Amino acid sequence: MNRRLRDVPWAIVMLLPSVALIAVWTVYPLVKAIQKGHLRCDVTGTKCRDAGWGRYWDVFTSAEFQHALGVSLKLMVLTVPVGLLLGIGLAVLADKHLRGIGVFRTIFSSTVATSVAVASLVWFTLLQPQIGVFADIFSGWFPVVKNPGLLNDANTALPAVALSSIWANLGFTFIIITAALQSVPRDLYESAFVDGAGSVRRFTNVTIPMIAPTLLFVGVVLTTRALQTYGEIALLTGGGPNPEKPTTTIPYLIYGRNSLISNDLGTKSAAAVLLFLLSLVLALVQFRGLEKRVHYGR
Amino acid sequence: MAADTVRGVRKAGRYGLLVVVAVVVLFPIYAVVMQALKSGPDSLDHPRSLLPVDLTLSTIRAAWDQGDLGRLLLNSVFVSVLVTIGVVVTSLLAAYAFAFLQFPLRGPLFVAFLATMLVPSEVTVVINERTADSLGWINSYQGLIVPSLASTFGVFLVRQVFLQLPGELREAAALDGVGHLRFLWEVAAPLSRPTLGALGLFTFLGTWNAYLWPSQVIRGDRSHETIQIGLERLKNNDISKINLVTGGLVVAALPIFIMLVLFQRQLVRGLTAGAVKG
Repeated sequence: MNRRLRDVPWAIVMLLPSVALIAVWTVYPLVKAIQKGHLRCDVTGTKCRDAGWGRYWDVFTSAEFQHALGVSLKLMVLTVPVGLLLGIGLAVLADKHLRGIGVFRTIFSSTVATSVAVASLVWFTLLQPQIGVFADIFSGWFPVVKNPGLLNDANTALPAVALSSIWANLGFTFIIITAALQSVPRDLYESAFVDGAGSVRRFTNVTIPMIAPTLLFVGVVLTTRALQTYGEIALLTGGGPNPEKPTTTIPYLIYGRNSLISNDLGTKSAAAVLLFLLSLVLALVQFRGLEKRVHYGR
Repeated sequence: MAADTVRGVRKAGRYGLLVVVAVVVLFPIYAVVMQALKSGPDSLDHPRSLLPVDLTLSTIRAAWDQGDLGRLLLNSVFVSVLVTIGVVVTSLLAAYAFAFLQFPLRGPLFVAFLATMLVPSEVTVVINERTADSLGWINSYQGLIVPSLASTFGVFLVRQVFLQLPGELREAAALDGVGHLRFLWEVAAPLSRPTLGALGLFTFLGTWNAYLWPSQVIRGDRSHETIQIGLERLKNNDISKINLVTGGLVVAALPIFIMLVLFQRQLVRGLTAGAVKG
C-alpha cells in the first residue's frame, strides 16, 4: 500500500469519536444558529419566515439586545480591571519567602474551588436583605443593604453581581499570576538593584513587563467570562430587578427562564451568533493591541 | 541594629496585610459555613451567627433531606466520572492519530479542530437543546453526558505531550510488530500520565461545576438534576429557611475542596501550563 495512505484506516477509527462529537455538538449548532438567525418569528415563536442577513442588524439594533449588550459591557468594565489588579496585588503580597506563606497562598487560591452556582448562592445568602449577614453588619453605614437589598436595587444590582464574580475569579487569577511571578529570573532583579532601581522601579520596569503575557492571558479569560455570565444572573437576580432589568446580560437574554425572547428561536440564534462575534472581536483587539507592548521572553 | 528593626517592622507589616486580606477573602466562605453549622434561629442571629459556638449538623441534615442532596451528589458524580473517562479516551485516540499517524490533510484537519475551541457553549446551547430534544434526551443522563465526551483542548494537550516522546519509540515498537492500540495503551499513555491526570482533573471539575447546559437539558426532573442546578431548590424555599441553602452549599462544595487540597500541585501545574511561558 502507498506509504502515505497506509495509516488512513487507523486514523479514521481513532479520530472518529472526537470528530463526530465535535461535529454534532459544536460545529453543527454554530452553523445552524447562523442559519436560524435569519428567521423573524411572530410573538408565539411558531410562525417564522426568512428575513435574510438583515435580520442580524435588526436584532443587533433592537432595544432588548442593545440593553443586554450595555449590561454585559458594564459588567466587563466592573470586573476585569478590578479582578486583574486584585490578582496582581495578592500575588505580589504573597510572593515572598516567609514562614507560613503556603497557608496564605492556599487561602488566596481557595475560591478556585467554588463553582458559579456555589459562589452565586454564597453571595445570595450573604446579601439577602432581611436575614443576610451583610444586611445586619453593614446596614448602619449603607441602608441600601437592608432596604431593598443590593440585589434588589436597580443601581446596585449589577455591582453586587460583579462583586460575586470578582471574588469567584480571584483564586484563578491569583494562581496564574503567582506562577508568572515565580518564573521571572531572579538575576534580572539583582541587576536592576545594582543599577540603583528601588522596589517601585523594579516592579514597574522588571516585574510588569516580564509577566505581561500572563496578564494578557488573564485579561482575555476574565473578559470572556464576563461576556458569558449566565449562572450568576440566574441565581442572584433573575435579570432584574424589574422593570429596569439592569442585570440582563446577553447570555441571560438568550437563556433566561423569564426572558422576553425565550420562545423565539430566530432571535435567540441571532443573539447567540452576535455574542460569539463580540467575544472574538474583543479577544482579537486585546491580543492585537497589547501584543506589541508585551514581552514574551526567549 | 537599626536596619534589623526596619526589616522586622516591614515583615510584621506584610504579615498584618496578609492576615487582613486572607480574612476578607475567606469571610464569605466562613460566614456560610458557620451559618450552616447552626440550628435554625441561631443561624439568623447576626453577628452572633459568626461565632463558632453551639455548632450542630442539624441544618446540614435538614438540607440533605429537603434538597434530596444524596441523589443530586450521586448524579453529579456519575455524570462527571463518565465524562472524564470519555474525554481522556477520545483525546488519547485523536491525539495519537494527529501525533503518530500519516494521513492526507492532517495539518488542516488539526487547525480546524483547534478553531472549534473558539466557539463558546453559550453560542451552541440554543441549538444543542433542540438536538437533545429531538433525540429524546431532555431530562436524561445521555443529555448531560454525551455532548461533553470530546474535548478539543484535551486533544491539543495530549498531542503536545505525544510529540515530545522520542520518535524512535514508535519505530522500535513497529519493528517488534506492536500495533497502534497496544503502543498507545502500553507506551504512549503511561508516559503521559501527568498530563492525562491534569486533563482528567480539569474535565472532572468543569463537568462538576457546569451550570448552563445542565440547567437547559434538565427541566425540573429531580431524579436527573446535578448538584449545581439542584441547589437552587433550597433557595426557592421559605425565606426563614434560607439557612438550608448554606447547608446545601457546604455539601456541594466540600467534595471539591477536598479534591483541590489533595490535587493542588496538579491543579496549579495544569492551570499554568497554558498561561505561563518559560
